[in-house]
Amino acid sequence: MRVFCRVFLLLLVLGGLLTLVQDTPGRPTDDISVPQAPAKRFQPPERAVKFEAWFEAHWAEEQIAPAAAADELAILRRLSLALHGTVVSLAELRQFEADAGELRLERWTQKFLDDGRYASYCSERLGRALIGVSEGPFLSFQRERFDAWFIEQLAADRPWDEIVTKLVSAQGQPVADPATNYITISQFNLTGRVDEEIDEQQLAGRTIRAFLGQRIDCAKCHDHFFDPRWKQAHFQGLTAFFVAAHFTVHGVEDDIGRQLEVTDHETGTSRVIVPKVPFGSEWLPEAGTRRQRLAAWLTDPRNERFDRAIINRIWAQMFGRPFYSPVDDLPDPGDPGTRALDLLAVEFRAHRRELKWLIHAIAASRPFRLDSRPPVPGTEQSRAAGWPVEELERREEAWAVFPLVRLRPEQVIGSMLQAASIKTIQRDSSLFTRARKFFSNQDFVKDYGDLGSAEFSEQTGTIPQALLRMNGRLAYELIQPGATAATSAIARATEGDDALCLKTCFQVCLGRSPESEEREVLSRWLAETTGEARQQAVEDIFWTLFNSPEFSWNH
Amino acid sequence: MTASFAPQPIDRRSFVQQAVAGLGLGFAWPTLDARAAKRRGSERPTSLITLFLDGGPSQLETWDPHPGTPIGGDTTQIKTRLPGLTIGSDYQQTAEIINELSVIRSLVTSEGNHERGVYLAKTGYAPDLTLVHPAIGAILARERWDKSIEIPQHVSLGHSPSPARGGFLGARYDAHKVYEPGGRLRNVASRVQGDRQSRRLEGLKVVSRAFSRGRLTATRRTQHQLMIDRALSMMSSDQLGAFQIDDEPRSRVELYGDSRFGRGCLVARRLVQAGVRAIEVTLPGWDSHGDNFDTHRELAAVLDPALFALVTDLKQHDLLDSTIVIVLGEFGRTPTINGLDGRDHWPSGFSALVGGGGLAAGRVLGATDPTGRKRKPEQPIPITDLLATVLSRMGVDHEKKVVTPIGRPMAYCEGTPIPGLL
Repeated sequence: MRVFCRVFLLLLVLGGLLTLVQDTPGRPTDDISVPQAPAKRFQPPERAVKFEAWFEAHWAEEQIAPAAAADELAILRRLSLALHGTVVSLAELRQFEADAGELRLERWTQKFLDDGRYASYCSERLGRALIGVSEGPFLSFQRERFDAWFIEQLAADRPWDEIVTKLVSAQGQPVADPATNYITISQFNLTGRVDEEIDEQQLAGRTIRAFLGQRIDCAKCHDHFFDPRWKQAHFQGLTAFFVAAHFTVHGVEDDIGRQLEVTDHETGTSRVIVPKVPFGSEWLPEAGTRRQRLAAWLTDPRNERFDRAIINRIWAQMFGRPFYSPVDDLPDPGDPGTRALDLLAVEFRAHRRELKWLIHAIAASRPFRLDSRPPVPGTEQSRAAGWPVEELERREEAWAVFPLVRLRPEQVIGSMLQAASIKTIQRDSSLFTRARKFFSNQDFVKDYGDLGSAEFSEQTGTIPQALLRMNGRLAYELIQPGATAATSAIARATEGDDALCLKTCFQVCLGRSPESEEREVLSRWLAETTGEARQQAVEDIFWTLFNSPEFSWNH
Repeated sequence: MTASFAPQPIDRRSFVQQAVAGLGLGFAWPTLDARAAKRRGSERPTSLITLFLDGGPSQLETWDPHPGTPIGGDTTQIKTRLPGLTIGSDYQQTAEIINELSVIRSLVTSEGNHERGVYLAKTGYAPDLTLVHPAIGAILARERWDKSIEIPQHVSLGHSPSPARGGFLGARYDAHKVYEPGGRLRNVASRVQGDRQSRRLEGLKVVSRAFSRGRLTATRRTQHQLMIDRALSMMSSDQLGAFQIDDEPRSRVELYGDSRFGRGCLVARRLVQAGVRAIEVTLPGWDSHGDNFDTHRELAAVLDPALFALVTDLKQHDLLDSTIVIVLGEFGRTPTINGLDGRDHWPSGFSALVGGGGLAAGRVLGATDPTGRKRKPEQPIPITDLLATVLSRMGVDHEKKVVTPIGRPMAYCEGTPIPGLL
């Protein structure tokens, strides 16, 4: 890691010099209007009709009036946060506004999915369920290699069942065959030596949680106390599929002679556990290694849990909250509470289990496009006080209003960095900008507090987070004057037009125009300012917007 | 400083007496009016200071040496103020105050991997991907929350790879991270002053109001404004001074040692004085798979003065009876010495120091096999029992069950308080 950072630092310095040459003041960075992007020919993906219809029926049944349609700019922001982990750049925003063609949001969803940022951001998000966030064993676990491989899979939109099959049945070296890191992250690493055993129990529990959305871990030592579906025998049977996996100088290999032996605590007798699945045994093929057979069973088209699990996870990424919580402990298929997942699962399979189609299907559905403001309450009293919490929660549970969800730390930092830069920060942005993003993310995420693999647990903000946004070094530096700083470009380019200045600040940070009270109060800061005073006024506006709840909550 | 004193007990004691005199301590060494101190001290709500030795310190080079045996390496031992107790000879100052603490030599943990071991040592639970358990400090902050305190009540000082977290109790109980203890606290000073700060805050109200229109209930639930208000009151709080050591006498700062860890220990004492409930100070670098003995010698030069100064200083400020001090790592190191002159991870039979806060002092619990052949120590004590002891001593029902976000009720701690320490 240290060597990697040194190389990165060297590249950063070189990239910085390059950027300075490219972005000297007076060059077109001052020009904050961007020409419209040419619209591509576009075939919209098929809609998930039955899935979408379920919501309409559900709202009617529950007698809930859904929220109004959200502003398209707000939907664009949600898409950008979900797929790229940042707010939209000013350049993108201007392109979007100038885009008058049909199916605008569908085309922009596709544009975001085609962007390199999609695979790199989503691999990090989905990767948490696969390999967690821990450092993992020394040498036998190569996170960077895994990440690079997973990014490739997502960018190429390989079907989810193919990806999972590679992970579960992976063999070889963690460097040359990066999918094997899915196995080696479960190495014991008790003494710090590299040749330790694989923890097959942990691997079994993680596999079933990640790919079937079931927590059977509690059945490790005894029948599950709280979920009568899972017995200890189920857990043991699944664990036996992984017991052959071990790590040698050749990497991850299967030793077919290995068997899972358990000792009965009461009788003291030992017995061998044969690989066995808890349901759908007819889907388990006879041929292949134990892990290949398990992968085939997991991904069998009849195994509905497989599709429901990934749909619930992608939904969580899009909304910041899973359709069903907890994200990895779903009821059985057919349960009325998760009927929508069943309906979407059918269509997901029909679309070769491609994640990009799935994202399109969710992004095009009405729940994703509803406002985060529920309809105005009927009585005057409740209009003044807002909906009672229970009523709001009822509407949120029915997905009749877009939920307010705290952004993850890297989304907050990504959004700050993007807002502070006029240009779109993406994979082909200058190295300097990307390097800054890399290092800023590390520090900020550490300070802000990362939820790790429990990322979808609901949390309010914290005092250190508020302090970091208000007074932190990075937030401060980002709004300081500079050749590539958005604050400077905006202050200079809008001198004499305060309304445009304020509007641009709002669009850059919040993706919307200011409302009347905001215009009235914040315009005063800009009135008759030039030079340094104007720069300071723009900095203060940015600070205000960075610290607003609207900035750090998805809405 | 440690290099200047001779390795004889009498000289060590003189050094300590001189050091104590240099501080202008309000008690005569060693004749303190114990009863009076106790009465005042025990009236205070108890706090916890954990000196976390990250990386897994060797029990054989610290509190459980076996010199002259095949497992002892070149570590020698010294006598301490506790009759019959010897410790590694790099801990000459600690030897003078160890009678205020107890030694556990038979800790066991189920985790031999650093990340998992630290997690278990801080939370009492093995990592579970379905939820994050709260650290003991977070439980204490929650159960013993003091409304009059405007600064964080759970603090992590120094560079910890995994600072203590609130886990399922909520991020508000996460330890507040201070990487460079002793200096000004980061992020608590506004970047602009006067009119500019006022207009920023005024603007924030306007923008927040616009956002909450139509989302009143949902925005209230975010507690966004509440956190900003609390952050603002923290920014202007006098209690922030507890994080700084500018006003400490030079002699006292020096006594703790010129190290980040030493300054962390001094700040920890100040935080306790200010009423902070739980503080961890991290000293990393103990993972000595190679060059074990030099590594431990270098770290001892940091730990020894800081630990001595902390216990002495707490006592001087009449805080030791209301402050539990733990010195602990995630596991110990193997009795065998590997080919790189190092020791590997050893989760079975390692050592910790614990005392203060009304816990028994001067006890030595458990023992390890001097031949290193027996893996299991005598009187094995699970690390969770140590955590249960702390909770129990601090008046928190360690068996209290809380409903976790996954709907599963879970006890704060599954350990059993150690009778020998209560």
